[in-house]
Amino acid sequence: MIRQLFKFKGGIHPPMHKKESTHIPIQQADLPNTLTLPLHQHIGESAEPLVGVGDRVLKGQKIAKANGYVSAPVHAPSSGTVVAIEERPIPHPSGLDDLCIILETDGQEEWAEKNPLPDYKTLDASKLRNAIRSAGIVGLGGAGFPTAIKLNPTAGKPVDTLIVNGVECEPYISCDDMLMRERADQILAGAKIMCHALQAKTCVIAIEDNKPEAIEAMRAAATGCDIEIVPVPTRYPQGGEKQLIQVITGKECPSDDLPIQIGVVVHNIGTAAAVHRAIELGEPLISRVVTVTGDGIAQRQNYEVLLGTSVNTLLDQSGGTTNNVERIIMGGPMMGFALRFENVPIVKTSNCILVTTKENIDPPSHVMPCIRCGACADACPVSLLPQQLYWFSKAKEFERAQDHNLFDCIECGCCAYVCPSNIPLVHYYRYSKTEIWSQERDKEKAEQAKMRHDNRQARLDREKAEKAARAAKKRAALKAAEEKKKAEAAKQAEAGETSSADTSTTKQDEIQAAIARAKAKKAQSKAAPKNTVELTEAQKKQISEAKERRKKIDELANAGTTDTDKAP
Amino acid sequence: MLSAVLVLTGLALAFGLLLGWAAIRFKVEGDPLVEKIEAKLPQTQCGQCGYPGCRPYAEAMANNEEEINLCPPGGETTMIALSELLGREPKALESEEKLPMVAIIDEANCIGCTLCIQACPVDAILGAAKQMHTVIEAECTGCELCIEPCPVDCIIMQEIEPDTSNWKWPFPKAAHEVKP
Repeated sequence: MIRQLFKFKGGIHPPMHKKESTHIPIQQADLPNTLTLPLHQHIGESAEPLVGVGDRVLKGQKIAKANGYVSAPVHAPSSGTVVAIEERPIPHPSGLDDLCIILETDGQEEWAEKNPLPDYKTLDASKLRNAIRSAGIVGLGGAGFPTAIKLNPTAGKPVDTLIVNGVECEPYISCDDMLMRERADQILAGAKIMCHALQAKTCVIAIEDNKPEAIEAMRAAATGCDIEIVPVPTRYPQGGEKQLIQVITGKECPSDDLPIQIGVVVHNIGTAAAVHRAIELGEPLISRVVTVTGDGIAQRQNYEVLLGTSVNTLLDQSGGTTNNVERIIMGGPMMGFALRFENVPIVKTSNCILVTTKENIDPPSHVMPCIRCGACADACPVSLLPQQLYWFSKAKEFERAQDHNLFDCIECGCCAYVCPSNIPLVHYYRYSKTEIWSQERDKEKAEQAKMRHDNRQARLDREKAEKAARAAKKRAALKAAEEKKKAEAAKQAEAGETSSADTSTTKQDEIQAAIARAKAKKAQSKAAPKNTVELTEAQKKQISEAKERRKKIDELANAGTTDTDKAP
Repeated sequence: MLSAVLVLTGLALAFGLLLGWAAIRFKVEGDPLVEKIEAKLPQTQCGQCGYPGCRPYAEAMANNEEEINLCPPGGETTMIALSELLGREPKALESEEKLPMVAIIDEANCIGCTLCIQACPVDAILGAAKQMHTVIEAECTGCELCIEPCPVDCIIMQEIEPDTSNWKWPFPKAAHEVKP
């Protein structure tokens, strides 16, 4: 049966440059002396370290645990010692540092205990997901979304189709191609596990028709099982999740919904292979296939690289870079980002290291004004209006950009590719997106600050009111007491007694009583302190001497004051 | 003739009553414009606009008594948002836009006088009399109101360093574009 395929809107056909890196099989990268493992290699919260500096860890040991639902743990890619947990440069467009676990390898490659689950078919889907989650598997296609979450179908929304994405539409990158050629059985095994976890009705492996060897290998491996291998016509960005869904199923995924809402789930073939290794071999995600390519590198090929290996090490193993290197890009030429440092590590989402030369890249001075030709709108695979988004982003009118669905942009770069004025359109969209996120954070903070300010104001007002109320109460009490006294006096006057003398006597009595109380208190305080009970003779003598001295001083002082008093 | 007059009078009365009832039934409490303006302000309560807090400034703008460019913490974005909301011409900020800051207390020098605690408009300083004070950084709006009252000058303002979670792509360089 030939499956009917559909088309997505827009897209481009850039030169692919994939052949350069597919002529030799995947080679094992050298084991480096140190591995730098960022705690944030995925979408979601950073992992939390489980080891301390100086700890010896085994290959595959969990060294950082997932922190929250959308998170993934990190495992030691080789045995060795943790030498530091500190901020190091990570592969990020900002070039900023982030917390990493630094591992010094001992070369013994000693494995931690593996817990394979070969009879996964008898297992509950949630147990399977937990095993995948605890193996640290995230989407290896580039986004890095924790795989276990994408294997969790929503209640009442059965999964109709599982699409395993072997499209690899971006130029230069060939890691998925090589993986399919060499490890087709692993990918199929992984796809079966995913199918089981999702209870998907059908499973399709989509591969672009510019990878005939991969299609051949996958077909050979898939004979006799009900997984369908579907070649799709080459067009960028077919590998985008929503684009691929449209091509395979003809369904368009709603802009603010996940594909699972229309009964489709897409996973990368690398992820499938990692799932197979985690479940059937008990090996967590500690390595991945990385393409090292571009005109600026001597040897272009694919490596099986331990996570945490520095880009430098890989480049050196590939014979080093040529002299006219313009930049080193992580990812492909369309969606990747230039690395600020060469010593950043390979992480779970690093599919390609592209070394470009000065001849590859147009000088930025060729940027010209937008002529509103509309070529970008024709190329956009998500039916946006790239030129409008560009104008809004340039004018910093973020709200209007958002109204034009900026956040549906997948940053595929088609618009910038076809732009006759060479405007870096995607850069503008990325700028706008991060600005909008920042504004949202600011807004949240402002709301919080307002709440705190209002609460404080309310508290101050309340305190003021309470103080006023207390004062009023006191005044009222005083007034009442006075009135009572007056009333009593009047009563007594009425009784025909000499009131004035009487009140003065009561006052006098009160004063006398107060004096007596004060005297009693003084006498009490003058009573011998407790620490004079058990004293030696010598100490007693010392004390009495001191008392004598004090008495003398007091007398002298008294004499002085009386003198001065008398003086004038 | 008479019937027409009666009908029109009747209609006028009916509509008058309807309008009168609607005015009471759908009465809007307070000035909703002030709320809208206030929502655009950064709520630092810093008083850099010359008003004792964000709400008084919002009220002044709602009454058309004040410019829209007086909020340095909000910067250009707030000014543009206000110009769109109020339908006024955007106006460049008079003072320079400030990077987001956070107050830090040099805890070794703090004498525990509580003056900064009283000055903080958002209760972001923690401490007690004769005890060391400290700033709850997540709550600090960077308004600088605690700087002045400190008798030992132990509070400094520090720029908030970007990390990978709040880093922003820079604006594409305009220099790259050829002028037409």
